[in-house]
Amino acid sequence: MASKFHLQIITPTRTFLDEEIEMVVLRTVEGDMGIMKNHIPMVTPLSIGKLKINKDGSTREAAIAGGFVHVDREKTVIITDSAEWPDEIDVNRAKEAKERAEERLNKGTQDIDTLRAEIALKKAMNRLNLAQRR
Amino acid sequence: MGLGMRDIKRRIKSVNSTKQITKAMELVSSAKLRKAKEELEKTKPYFNAMEDTIRGIFANTKGIKHEFLTQRDVKKTAYIVITADRGLCGGYNSNVIKLANSHMAEKQNKSIIAVGARGRDFFKKRDFDFDGEYTQLSETPSFSTAQQISRLALELYKQGLVDEVNLVYTQFISTINQKPTVKRILPLEISAEEGSKGSKTMIAYEPSPEAVLDYLVPKYVDGMVFGALVESATSEQAARRVAMESATDNAEEMIGNLKLVYNRARQASITQEIAEIVGGAEALK
Repeated sequence: MASKFHLQIITPTRTFLDEEIEMVVLRTVEGDMGIMKNHIPMVTPLSIGKLKINKDGSTREAAIAGGFVHVDREKTVIITDSAEWPDEIDVNRAKEAKERAEERLNKGTQDIDTLRAEIALKKAMNRLNLAQRR
Repeated sequence: MGLGMRDIKRRIKSVNSTKQITKAMELVSSAKLRKAKEELEKTKPYFNAMEDTIRGIFANTKGIKHEFLTQRDVKKTAYIVITADRGLCGGYNSNVIKLANSHMAEKQNKSIIAVGARGRDFFKKRDFDFDGEYTQLSETPSFSTAQQISRLALELYKQGLVDEVNLVYTQFISTINQKPTVKRILPLEISAEEGSKGSKTMIAYEPSPEAVLDYLVPKYVDGMVFGALVESATSEQAARRVAMESATDNAEEMIGNLKLVYNRARQASITQEIAEIVGGAEALK
């Protein structure tokens, strides 16, 4: 059994996770990255994607919407706008959000709204992906 | 004592119905206060973790240049003023507005981003410049509205339309103590002393410290605005509860006094009636 380290995942509205775990795999803006105990201290932004948490031989997944990770000697903290377990995802809401975002993108106006719609689309797809694989 | 018995009775009735309303509002706001306090507790870890990380970065990296951190000559200052949408909450709204006003007195050019109808109306009436207004959110602030507000502030700052952004909100100290506060959010001020308390470890920043700050600073501002919204919402409920409690107490006292006057008037009229009867009987003899 691999040794454990402390991981906290914090969102504006709750503390999503606060446990000792073995490994976490994150999607950063530069690609996927795994963190285990005694990782070098670092800070990096995350992109919208999923999170894999290994603990006692089992793997859990969660959807997170951006944010950043701060790895320190004592603990690792992930601060994100939102985080959800697969069974917490509201599939209908995500579907609606996806449709809305696609509609907005199809209109094709080049401004800040397009950017926002792209982000919304990514978030929705990410949620749906994870929820459907359950 | 000039009032007739019927008038006094009517007064008592009217004061009593007011009392019922204030009592009901008191109960409603205590329930809301409890909820708001829970909400406040939940947002604290996010805010603290965010602050820790930012402090850490400042402690570990020297001489970073970033547009959100460097001071500029202040030509125009934006104020985000957070008030309630409704009144009847004691000095809550006026305290915030008063503080904002006195702070603004020293600035030449200023504009307002109003959160809450009370503050908006006040500054609208006095012809202040507006950069934005948000209402109907003060009771249940959501992170996405906080984001909208902070994005607006960041955008104004980036484009050089304002050179400083201040946040005026009410700090929640306890149920009976709330303090209006001004906080500068842009450019960011983070004191080095506080930041250097941690161990000076080498931290890797991917892809670069600047890129991390680029991402982090707007998030930090989001978080600050959200924190202020939640704290103000909690303060509002607390202020309303206290105000309604004392209104109920006052109404009770008033009813007590009026009852006394009423009973006196009643007694006087009975005495008079008896005197009249006795007088009449006397005359018949």
